[in-house]
Amino acid sequence: MTANVKYADVEVGTEIPARTFAVDRADLVRYAGASGDFNPIHWRESVAKAVGLPNVIAHGMYTMAQGGRYVTDWVGDPGAVVDYGVRFSSPVVVPDEGGATLEISGKVEKKLDDNKVVVALTARSEGQKVLTRAKAVVKLA
Amino acid sequence: MALNRDYIGRTFPPSEPYEVSRVKIREFADAIGDDNPIYRDQEAAKAAGHPDVIAPPTFPIVVSLLSPALEDPGLGLNFSMVVHGEQRFEYTRPLRAGDVITCVTTITEIKSLAGNEKMSVETDIKTVEGEPVCKTHNVIVERGA
Repeated sequence: MTANVKYADVEVGTEIPARTFAVDRADLVRYAGASGDFNPIHWRESVAKAVGLPNVIAHGMYTMAQGGRYVTDWVGDPGAVVDYGVRFSSPVVVPDEGGATLEISGKVEKKLDDNKVVVALTARSEGQKVLTRAKAVVKLA
Repeated sequence: MALNRDYIGRTFPPSEPYEVSRVKIREFADAIGDDNPIYRDQEAAKAAGHPDVIAPPTFPIVVSLLSPALEDPGLGLNFSMVVHGEQRFEYTRPLRAGDVITCVTTITEIKSLAGNEKMSVETDIKTVEGEPVCKTHNVIVERGA
């Protein structure tokens, strides 16, 4: 495993630059196909509304994957991620026109043994926290 | 609808072996908009110390969704009311192309929570040779009608 970030170079509180990810309906259709999760609440507005949602919502796993990408882009080698968990606190609502945006930020919360660190993530859409308790354990160089 | 509490603690038989392919990894990486070469290019993966391309950290959702546990009619799960509550992937080593894996799923908890049904599921992902790869923890919530 060859992480691009050195354990010695980070401290508790080290921030990873925030990023914004766009998500639209086509992304959700593609994700449905690749993941096998064809729940229509992720692509049919009438179904989403019929079950009480404000509109089509992103797959929680799509949002989680963007958080994962944020961490793996920072560390370079995705194999350095040894543990990744989230709680889905609020759905990412994806309107037909314009889609939605996800703002993700993170910082080193803890340094563990064996060059591992805990990265705590924050993910928001339309000002709402969409992930809570989002943490990745990453093995650095 | 209340889920069947008799299913608490139940472990389901191993899923059919699933072969992780380079093509599926690339398709999944494309779908999450991730162009990391370690998902696509064997040479890049080898340079990073992997025998072959590896899968994104959230890829095992593809196989855990194939678990027979959630479709067991006796459980009484209404999929149209299900939302994802929590998800975690705990790796022993990265999942990679060429791995043939099976999932063993256990329902660890079912409880009522503010009018919803909350179910926790653990899935143990191993190669068919018995090598542990990843453990997933999944909480789904069936919203009250």
